[in-house]
Amino acid sequence: MSSLVTRVRLKQIEQFIEKGKRLDDRGLRDYREIKIEQGLIERAEGSARVLLGKTEVLVGVKVETGKPFDDTPNEGVLTVNAELVPVASPNFEPGPPDENSIELARVVDRGIRESKAIDNEKLCIEPGKKVFVVFVDVYVLNHDGNLIDASALAAMAALLNTKMPNYEIKDGELKIKQGYTPLPVKSHPVTVTTGKINNSLIVDPGLEEEQVMDSRISMAINDEGNICAVQKGGSGYFTPQQILEASKIAQEKAVEIRKKLNW
Amino acid sequence: MNEKAEKLIDKKGIRLDGRKADELRPLKLQVGVLSHADGSAYIEHGKNKILAAAFGPREMHPKHLSLPDRMVLRCRYHMAPFSVQERKSPAPSRREVELSKVIKECLEPALFLELYPRTGVDVFVEVLQADGGTRCASITAAALAIADAGVPMRDLVVACAAGKVDDTVVLDLYDAEDKLGAADVPVAYMPSLNAVTLLQMDGILTPEEFEKAMNMAMDGCKKIYEMQKEALKTKYMVVKEAEE
Repeated sequence: MSSLVTRVRLKQIEQFIEKGKRLDDRGLRDYREIKIEQGLIERAEGSARVLLGKTEVLVGVKVETGKPFDDTPNEGVLTVNAELVPVASPNFEPGPPDENSIELARVVDRGIRESKAIDNEKLCIEPGKKVFVVFVDVYVLNHDGNLIDASALAAMAALLNTKMPNYEIKDGELKIKQGYTPLPVKSHPVTVTTGKINNSLIVDPGLEEEQVMDSRISMAINDEGNICAVQKGGSGYFTPQQILEASKIAQEKAVEIRKKLNW
Repeated sequence: MNEKAEKLIDKKGIRLDGRKADELRPLKLQVGVLSHADGSAYIEHGKNKILAAAFGPREMHPKHLSLPDRMVLRCRYHMAPFSVQERKSPAPSRREVELSKVIKECLEPALFLELYPRTGVDVFVEVLQADGGTRCASITAAALAIADAGVPMRDLVVACAAGKVDDTVVLDLYDAEDKLGAADVPVAYMPSLNAVTLLQMDGILTPEEFEKAMNMAMDGCKKIYEMQKEALKTKYMVVKEAEE
């Protein structure tokens, strides 16, 4: 952030943005190319790999059975975890999750949870006793900026790919039967991150842009175009007008992405 | 959730705790409550009771975390085990780690970090009792603690939440409204710079409701901002009287 190289880069990025352009020739409101591949991990109940430009995120979903929370006895449990794997960046270190990976996991979790993307009540096996627990593990494989949007997309793509085991209850015992049913998905939240560099708003910040930007705002938009989760990050600020502009950008981009992916 | 059947707002638009939609809970702010901290503040926001202490600018521990061109701000948001209904483990939860990060990032824009290279400021927030909206009350108190420590600031940071309860956008949610309501939008704001330094949301809001909630929260912030300034002045009024 404070190295001389990035300060020189900041100048360059600023000059480009003044002309309405980005270092990689994108417009201010353009996403990098999005590529999604599903079902590549056979051992997982669901999986997806997302490429957002050079940023690469792999998500695996495991489905197990467990106890529901006391306050939601009829609902399945969703758990999201994120690993910033050391292969992804020279700045990632092995070890317990730091504040960045915890924030990433919680922002992805909030987008899925608050939009009610999964029909939780259909994950209930026996109220108060047994439910399906859905583990969403976000694995960042290459960090080239905007991990939030890439991870949120990959998590949703993996959930859409997830198959749940068929079961029956015989004499109070749970028996897994042959075959699978798809995970009940109700909504397809899309998270759009907008960065602020010198009072200009840019969509889908790349790594170098992230290193020089003041702050970012991520908004998860559901199928109806409503906002279901927001997270501001970074050490800068937004004016209220900029936030409303970012909200408009998020609406537009979410529609665009959803159309492209047929969600 | 069977409690959901119960209405959180009655026909006259009065909430369960007797407030109107755009009314804040009662607040009490006190500055300089700890003798060994460089700056400190205590806030009672409804039933929230929160203590904040600021230390620094001082040498960083460990030293290798210091930065050659600016000061490092560190924040720890922590809830006491007895602050909530069911005992909370004192080990930091993922929620506390995330809140510590967003609180740090919402205070940083207020500080002149580049004026204090190689130093660190530590802010510790202890939630003694929680009743919804603790991150906002923590920010309000933490900013006061930093100001009390004599660290120059561009403006005080003040925070307040708005949200949606029974289809109505309301100000300053308390615990029950937070849990049973439809959405929660905490906002931290620097009023004289018109800068939003923290914004989060969960729940579902239309873009119009989101705008309304954000504006309502900022109006709430402006009211608390006056109380913050008053609390700072009060501390020095007391000193003055003691001298006379």
